[in-house]
Amino acid sequence: MIALVWLVPLLPLIGFLVNGLGRNVLSKGVLGFIGSAVVLGSFIISVLIFNELHSSPQAAHVIPLFDWIQAGNFKVPFSFQVDGLSAIMLLIITGIGFLIHVYSTGYMHYDAGFAKFFAYLNLFIFFMLLLVLGSNYVVMFIGWEGVGLCSYLLIGFWFTNSAYASAAKKAFVMNRIGDLGFLIAVFLIFTTFGSIEFTEVFSKADGPGIGAGMLTLITILLFVGATGKSAQVPLFTWLPDAMAGPTPVSALIHAATMVTAGIYMIARSNILFTLAPYTLDIVAVIGIVTALLAAAIAITQTDIKKVLAYSTVSQLGYMFLGLGVGAFTGSFFHVITHAFFKALLFLGAGSVIHGMSNEQDMRLMGGLRSKLPVTFWTMLAGTIAIAGLPPFSGFFSKDEILAHAYEHNKLLWVLGVIGAMLTSFYMFRMLFLTFSGKFRGTHEQEHHAHESPSSMTIPLVILAILSVAGGLLNVPEALGGSQWLHEFLSPVFAASTASAAHGEPMDHATEFMLMAISVGGALVSLVIAYFRYGKSGHVPAPDFGPRSFFAKLSYHKFYIDEFYDALIRKPLDAVSGFLFSVVDKTGIDGLVNGLGKGTVETSKGLRLLQTGNIGFYIFMMVIGILAILVYSFIKI
Amino acid sequence: MQDIVKTIQGVPLNHYILLSAIIFSIGVTGVLIRRNAIVIFMSVELMLNAVNLLLTAFSAFSNDPAGQVFVFFIMALAAAEVAVGLAIIVMIYRNTNTIDINVMNRLKW
Repeated sequence: MIALVWLVPLLPLIGFLVNGLGRNVLSKGVLGFIGSAVVLGSFIISVLIFNELHSSPQAAHVIPLFDWIQAGNFKVPFSFQVDGLSAIMLLIITGIGFLIHVYSTGYMHYDAGFAKFFAYLNLFIFFMLLLVLGSNYVVMFIGWEGVGLCSYLLIGFWFTNSAYASAAKKAFVMNRIGDLGFLIAVFLIFTTFGSIEFTEVFSKADGPGIGAGMLTLITILLFVGATGKSAQVPLFTWLPDAMAGPTPVSALIHAATMVTAGIYMIARSNILFTLAPYTLDIVAVIGIVTALLAAAIAITQTDIKKVLAYSTVSQLGYMFLGLGVGAFTGSFFHVITHAFFKALLFLGAGSVIHGMSNEQDMRLMGGLRSKLPVTFWTMLAGTIAIAGLPPFSGFFSKDEILAHAYEHNKLLWVLGVIGAMLTSFYMFRMLFLTFSGKFRGTHEQEHHAHESPSSMTIPLVILAILSVAGGLLNVPEALGGSQWLHEFLSPVFAASTASAAHGEPMDHATEFMLMAISVGGALVSLVIAYFRYGKSGHVPAPDFGPRSFFAKLSYHKFYIDEFYDALIRKPLDAVSGFLFSVVDKTGIDGLVNGLGKGTVETSKGLRLLQTGNIGFYIFMMVIGILAILVYSFIKI
Repeated sequence: MQDIVKTIQGVPLNHYILLSAIIFSIGVTGVLIRRNAIVIFMSVELMLNAVNLLLTAFSAFSNDPAGQVFVFFIMALAAAEVAVGLAIIVMIYRNTNTIDINVMNRLKW
């Protein structure tokens, strides 16, 4: 079955072509069916591949398809690599992708761009699968750029709204900054290792002649790529704006899959990163800064999708923290559980928005529990999971990251726990604002509010079950688990764990203490959120209402957009304006027009010599001849 | 023929050159300062013939008949030129009733 892995990305590509070309011919039912069925097909193949891989563990299967580029000693084979890491990513992408496709058939049912939406979604799945399956950096880069393109297309899906269109552009441009880093890193990898195949690069990584400085440079550039795609400081501001896209897109691309591409890439290159400890420190610091910053912004946002967007940024920060402290498995575990509960939360939010007739402001919601019961219970599960309360999935993954952070650096752990408390607070705040208390919207909305169709609620229920049970994948030893995921991924991370092995493992008492502290913190936040938003029904102030200094700072996203505006956009604008008005208009245009004008003016002057007076002509002629004579005499 | 050559050689070359230069200068001056087209024509003829004289003299002094052949060509050319030029002047006179070249100043721009 593993040899047939090329079918996995091929099916969504076929779906894209059929949906894209038949968008005016096929009916909505057929379009939705094709779109979902191809992804389901990929999912089934992925499950079979996973089974085969699980029963006979082996380091990595490389399946060559064809030689793509061959020039001198530069070879880019188009080949796929199947191992634990890519197999799990396949399951996440196709599995959650399928659920979201099904959900979209309900959510997008009344949208005019239904066919276009499914075509784009299929295309995205194709590129994402290419990204995780590629056995070298170039194929990965194709997928990397492809998902960026689909992200752009889907954020700007309702492009007639100019704010949405510019959000799409912003995402694209910010991703480009990161992509440049990635691209340079790929070039450097080729010049350093003479190959871009993962297996060859990683086997040579700790060989002789590979300088630590070079490795650090390569990994930092790779990480720059990851900050763009995975929305880390300083390139994170595009992700909250990306919520302009339809909600299923936010769930699939901007929460569950694409934004974890950066983590996947670093996990894939874990050997390079382990050999560059400075980069790992940078990764950890950027991760925790992002986690805290985004969490601090999320606690005052009023748009339900914005809260989730910042929460995504914050959770991605946790994953980078995990990578930075060497918890590759933990980080990847968090990718999996986060994919479950964040997809669930986004789809739940989509269900709320759907039921509320496209209202996203939480200040106008409230009391929806009785109207949207399925949505409420599933979102409650997602919220508990993300808040990190046992035994839901988020608890296990977040705890593993925090435990490694504690081993690595106590300060990182403290900050991580603060971040976890903030997470718990803003998530329960969102839940209470949306579902409890009295309804605050218009009478019409209240009358209209309804539970979503079953095509939307069934994916919610499935994701809720996964969010609850996902933690069982990697129960720590301290709790009597077998660490299944750790075992399964150990071939991928073997070299890193071997070289990064430090001291004896943490004793169980410490581990229990760490768990207790983070769970306690999350519970305290829950209680605060309950008393503030659940019981007393506090509603956030209107946009320009009075706020304390810190609340204002947080509500306005720490003015980071404005800061970038002032620091980068305005100077760039000024330089462009200068180049336009001075260099281009007066300089280059001046030169060209000046030459033209000069010719005209000179001609105007010289024209006067042509008086038409024959005597004058002859006189000039004689003068000329004399001049020639004089000249030739002098010369002789 | 030899006699003619001898006769020409009887006068020093410098004298021919001087005479030709004087005639040529008279021609140039005539072209420059006179306004009557016919007179200008005559001045042009003066210049041509100054050159002819010089060519003949050089030809005789260097014993090379090629110079005299040139002179014949120049005379034929001058005749043709005069024919065309006079025709033009006649036409101008018929149209404007004058052959003053300062009137004919439309040849500009």
